[in-house]
Parts: sequence; C-alpha cells; structure tokens
Amino acid sequence: MFKAMRASDLLKPRPEGLYCPPGDFFIDPVRPVGRALITHGHSDHARSGHRSVLATQETLDIMGLRYGEDFAGTTQAAAFGQTIDINGVAVTFHPAGHVLGSAQICVEHGGKRIVASGDYKRQKDATCLPFEPIRCDVFITEATFGLPVFRHPPDQDEIARVLKSAAQFPERSHLIGAYALGKAQRVMRLLRDAGYDRPIYIHGALAKLSEYYQSQGIDLGKLEPGTVESRGKADFAGAIVVGPPSAFADRWARRFPDPISCFASGWMRIRQRAKQGGVELPLIISDHADWDELIITIKETGAEEIWVTHGREEALVRWCELEGIAARPLHLVGYEDEGD
Amino acid sequence: MNRFAELLDRLVLTPSRNGKLTLLTDYFRSVEDPDRGLALAAITGDLSIAAVKPAMLRALVVERMDPVLFGYSYDYVGDLAETVSLVWPQPQGHIPNHAPTLAEVVGRLQAASRSDGPKVLSRLLDDASISARFAIIKLVTGGLRIGVSARLAKQALADLGQVDVAEIEELWHGLAPPYTELFAWLEGRAEKPTSAALALFRPVMLSNAVDDGDLEKLDPADYAAEWKWDGIRVQAVCEGGVRRLYSRTGDDVSGAFPDLAAAMNFEATLDGELLVGDPREATGTFSDLQQRLNRKSVSPKIQQQYPAFMRCYDALQIDGDDLRALPFAERRKRLEAFVKTLDPSRFDLSPLVAFSDWETLERLRQAPPHPIIEGVMLKRWDSPYLAGRPKGPWFKWKRDPHTIDAVLMYAQRGHGKRSSFYSDYTFGVWSGPEGSEELVPVGKAYFGFTDEELREIDKYVRDNTIERFGPVRSVRADRRNGLVLEVAFEGLNRSTRHKSGVAMRFPRISRLRWDKPAAEADRIETLQALLDG
Repeated sequence: MFKAMRASDLLKPRPEGLYCPPGDFFIDPVRPVGRALITHGHSDHARSGHRSVLATQETLDIMGLRYGEDFAGTTQAAAFGQTIDINGVAVTFHPAGHVLGSAQICVEHGGKRIVASGDYKRQKDATCLPFEPIRCDVFITEATFGLPVFRHPPDQDEIARVLKSAAQFPERSHLIGAYALGKAQRVMRLLRDAGYDRPIYIHGALAKLSEYYQSQGIDLGKLEPGTVESRGKADFAGAIVVGPPSAFADRWARRFPDPISCFASGWMRIRQRAKQGGVELPLIISDHADWDELIITIKETGAEEIWVTHGREEALVRWCELEGIAARPLHLVGYEDEGD
Repeated sequence: MNRFAELLDRLVLTPSRNGKLTLLTDYFRSVEDPDRGLALAAITGDLSIAAVKPAMLRALVVERMDPVLFGYSYDYVGDLAETVSLVWPQPQGHIPNHAPTLAEVVGRLQAASRSDGPKVLSRLLDDASISARFAIIKLVTGGLRIGVSARLAKQALADLGQVDVAEIEELWHGLAPPYTELFAWLEGRAEKPTSAALALFRPVMLSNAVDDGDLEKLDPADYAAEWKWDGIRVQAVCEGGVRRLYSRTGDDVSGAFPDLAAAMNFEATLDGELLVGDPREATGTFSDLQQRLNRKSVSPKIQQQYPAFMRCYDALQIDGDDLRALPFAERRKRLEAFVKTLDPSRFDLSPLVAFSDWETLERLRQAPPHPIIEGVMLKRWDSPYLAGRPKGPWFKWKRDPHTIDAVLMYAQRGHGKRSSFYSDYTFGVWSGPEGSEELVPVGKAYFGFTDEELREIDKYVRDNTIERFGPVRSVRADRRNGLVLEVAFEGLNRSTRHKSGVAMRFPRISRLRWDKPAAEADRIETLQALLDG
C-alpha cells in the first residue's frame, strides 16, 4: 500500500541546515555540503564552499560577485516555475519578492508538498519579481518581523520623508544606511521613482552590486562614489549618500557636512531602536514581510501546517494556534537578519 | 494630526537645538490655525486634556486583541504608548473617511465626559494612522517628553516672526491656545497682541561672564558688586491681587513654592534668587535647595523643613510705577526701602559687597562667606533694566571651577557633525582599598575639548575598545592603562541614583592628561571631602 510521506521525513532540520533525505540536498545550508539549493544571495543563506549549488541565475551571479567565481564546485541555474527532478524529488523555484533573484523553493515528493519560502515580502519592489503564493501542505515561513508591532508603512511615504528633510536642511547631507544587497538598490530606485534626479553618492561597498542591478535592467540613475578624498565638504551639501550602516560610525562619514543619519530597515519601527543607534531619521523600509503580510501569506498558501523559522517564532505560532492552524518553530541556527 | 505626529517623531530623534528649531518653525509656517496653536500648547504644556491612565489604555487594547500577543509585543517594545499605537487593530472593514485634524482630536477629547472618555479615545485611535495614534496617546497620557522645552518652542516662534524671544515671553501669559492673534502678529497680518491680563512675566536681564582682560577696561567705581547666589532665579509679580512666581524663562512656578507665594502680598515685580532656609538665621545649601526642586507637589513637612524665601536684588515695578528705565542705583534705593515692608522670613535683600579695586574683589570672590555663593555679580550703577543679555552693564564673575583627574571609562558616539566621533565621555575615579582599586563612574561630559583633541580622543577610543553596546564603547581603563581627563565642574550634589553617591554640576573636559598614569588619577574620597566641606 502506498503511504503518504510524512512532511517531517521530506524536510528536517540538521545542524548544516534544512535537509531533504530522499533528495539528498540542503536548502540554504550554513556549512559546506554536497548539494545546496539556495534561496537568495544574502550571506547568511548563500555561503561558499558547496560541491554543487542550484539557485536562480541572479543568485548565482551575486554569489560570484561576493565570493569570486569559484564559490562552488558546480552550479546550475533554476528558472522560475520550471520543475527539476533531484533523486525523485520534484523541486520548483518561485519568486519570493525579497531581493533580486530571491526564490521560494517548493519541494514535492510522495504526495506531500512543502514550500520553503526563505526570506520574503509582499510589498511591491521595483528591483525584484513579486512573491507568488504557492498552495502547499506545509509552508515554512520566516518570522523576522513576527510580532504584531511590526507594520511596515508604504515605502514611498518613507522616501518622501527623506526628500522633505533634504529640502528642510539643504546645507546638510543625508546618509542613508542600507544593506549592500537589495535594500540599498531598492532605496535608490525609490528615490528615482519619487523624482529625485541628482546623483546619488554611494559607498564603495555598494558599487559592484549596484552595477550588477543596473546591468539587469534596474535603472538606478546616476551613481557617484562618495569616496573621493579630494572632494570638499561643501560639495556634499544637500547630498544623499547611501552606504552600509556600519560605515556611518566610521571615519568615512566625516567627509560629509553635518550629516543626518538615516537608516532604512524594518527595525526602525521601534523608536528605541532608532534612538539607541543614533538614527535621526528612521526609514521603515524592509525586505521582510511585516506581521500583516505574514498572516495573509499563511492564509493564502492554504497550508495545514506552518513551520516558523528565524525570528520571533513564538508570536506567529501563537497566532496560528488561535486560527486553528498547526504550527511549530523550526529551530534552525545560523541565520541573522543581514537583509534588514 | 498627521503633521503633528510627524513633527513629534522627528523632534524626538533630533538631538541638535538648531535642527529642532528648523523643524518647529517649518511646522508653524506650514500648518494653519488652529492646529499649529494647539500643537504649540501641547509642547509648552498649556493644553488641558483629561488624562487617561495607562491601565485604561491597556484594558482598551486587550479587549481588541489576544492578550498573549499583546504581552509579547509590549515585552519587546517596552513602551506602552508605542506598543498600543502599533498593535491597535483597525476594526474589520473600517476605512476612515478622512484623517482627523489636531483640532478635531483635541476638541473631541476635551468634550468627552469621564464615562465616555475611553470610547471617544478608541474611536480616535480607530481612525488614526500609527504615528497619529502615538501622538494621541501621548496627548492623553500627559507629557510629550520630546526633548523640547517651552523656551525652545518660543524661540521657534521668535524665529518665525523675526522678533526677540523676550517679546514672546512677555506676552505669553496673557495668551491662550490656539494663539491665533500671536501667529497673526508673527506673520505680519496684525498688530502685536495687547493683553489686559494681570501679573504678567517681564523678560529678565541677564549677565555676561567676565572674560580675560574685561576688568582692566572697567572702572571699579562704575560698578556695584553683589554675591552671586546659586539658587533659582525668580520673578515675583503681584498685581491687582494676582500673584505669580516665574522662572527665568517665564514658566509659572508658583505651584511648586506655595509657601513663598502665600507671602506675596504686595504690588510689585521683584527680581531675585529663590533659596531655602530662614534669611534671618541661615541660608540653606544647594543640597537643601534640591529638596524643593522638580516636585509636583510639596508636602507640608518639606515646606517646613526647607522653607523657600526670596533674596531680592532688583525691582522692575513698585506700586504701579515701572522702574525699568531708571538707573540701577535708583532702583536699588527703591528696592531697599520696599523689602523692609515685606515678611522678613520670606524676603530679604541681597547685600552689596563693598570693594575699592578689582584685587580686593578677587580676594572676596575666592573666599565667599557661604557655600551657596558661586561668585560675584557686577552691575553698572547707571544701567537701566534691559531684557536679554546686553553686553556691558551686568557681569558674572564666577568662582574658579573645581577640577579633578578622572579616567575615561565609556565613550558614546555623538550626533550631527559629531556622528562619526566618540564624543560623549563617561569618566570615573578610583575607589576601594589599596591593591584592589576599582573605577567608579562619577560623571559624563561632552564638551570642553577642541576639534583636534576630539580627533585624538576618538582615535584613542577606537584603539582601546574592549566592549561595545550599541553606540557606546567601553574603553580599557585599569591601573596601568587609561586616559586621564582633567574634568572641571561647578559643584557636587549628593545623588542616590549614581553608584558613586555624587553628581557633578556642569562637568566639562578641561585638559587631556596624556602624561598622567591612570593609577594617579583622583580617588572618590577627594570628591566626598568636597561634598562635606
């Protein structure tokens, strides 16, 4: 008699990451493994040193930019919607809306379908394909912002606040802290969509990835290095500068006149976080789903069971219980919130 | 409402005074009446709305959501107003048809009775955005706590109308929210408002510090000298039965000093220093005075133990005569005669200090007869009473500051121009028995050094960091390693809040002692001796 497979036999947490025994592969492993399927290019999900990597072309390109071309033994590009057979397990990549190239990975075998969504968001983002809800038996969701306090406002409203502040303080510069992959390019694109057409100054750490985004047809307008030593302070009056958040505490930031420090992150929803970080203008722009997006997505997948990972698992598990949906935290280690 | 909410959000995170002023003037310029006036009143603390207790707020929210999820949320955020503003569930299918204005919100809150208050508040929260919900909750729970003083708000108004802030302070107590006539004047659309209100504040006259070389140019015969009392500058005004005790910036502080206010049974405007004790017997120390500061209500016991009195040094008005245009010598005569008619347990005269030359005064200044004296004041005999800080007629010549050698322990990143520099320093002195000395923090300073020195300390902090907590770095500091800072300060208070038991007044870095080994920095006993002395 054919017996339906148990979900926990199809994917299970191991120290290296989420493992599929019948397919003999890992999803987003945090240590080098034989075969890795990778959802997106953030460094806590995409590590170097695997024997073979299956990911979207964009994710492979990004890994190449970050780690060098020899980041894995062999690579294979997965096209969205195309099913690939791995040792009898059907694997399909679907857009996750997180950053350029980001994917959810649908794993199907023995009548069970599990979607590992990686990191995702539902807000519109001109720098990547939108998330597609996939019907499944088990949905694995992130919970970075898995508390009812996290409600991300429309991103264009946040960008409007920067532009208003730039008009209010024309003699000062605005330094926007944004992670190098995804957030930085999204912020630049939002500035362009809001009609900002002056050059945007960028920190060196953003150059390669931004250039790659532009090569993929994502127009970020004129970008100039914010690193030219010879430039006088006055030249940066009124400038908008984008860089990794760590750089703003650095001596690098001294070249800019009386900077207003801005930080684009979902964490900026909490005032105390902004205050502690010395952020004067918090921009609540996140590449992760907020509370409302998490619960709407769970409902849309129709999943009868939810596995919750990296973030505030307990609140989301509690919500599922109240809704009569089976849920449990999936204790995976090694994931930080690099993307926010 | 949304613009007010946005203003609050910006102000709370903007550390620089100029930045706050720009935000405030832009707001007053771009927002119409009566909203801007109500916002002004909310900031200056002149808006009265029946308060909602935190317990009520919590009850309202758990009626609407799972208490467990609320608990997780509150634990995470740590601030009730903020948590409620974020988690407040909008009723199903409820789409507010318009964002309420600040005037509508204030109107509905003020009109609410005690019993329907919670319902009115819930409706307002249903209709508001997250930021607006936070602002509404701040309005009803009292105290915006956004780091903007009434004085700063008035300065922003002065900037808006290009007038002197003294003009606004003088008008202030005759005006009421939403201050439509004030804005009309500031925008040049109407005459300056006149007020028939009694016992208004008159802007005070301030002094300049004596700088090197100032005295050589002055003739001692032109100046009167008085002790500089380290109390609270107050203005006592009684007019037509109305009594007001104002702070230096025009805040009404009568409520905090009911004992002194009760003795104000005259027709005059007097300038002086509020101190505690009985002037006929003994004047209290600064620690005694502290017992009367920052209290919402004062118990009879405290009033009896630490009675407030006023040491008068000028008269702006007596029995309806405005004396401000008269020379100081003339005003002083009138004051001397007038003070004699007042309750001697509550009012006395600040004595003149006789001197013939600057050297004599210097000696007196170095050895004042009472610990609450912080130097001498010099006042030109012929000077009229002028609002603000005119250069020349009044000088303050303070006692030299105390200094101590302390060791840098923690450094915090600054803001604005200093945002990439570690510019706020916590320093400590040694305590404990010989052989097992430990540093105990005694204060924090963020100025007194040059830009060049700031760069040097910044580099030192970066090179000697042992731990980081957010924007704060813990710096290597032990008997063998550490940067010694010479810290200057004006005085010490006892403090139960600090582990060291002392709190410094007005500390600043006076010198970097790169040459001095950390082990030779001062000990806590040095400070304790100062406290007892």
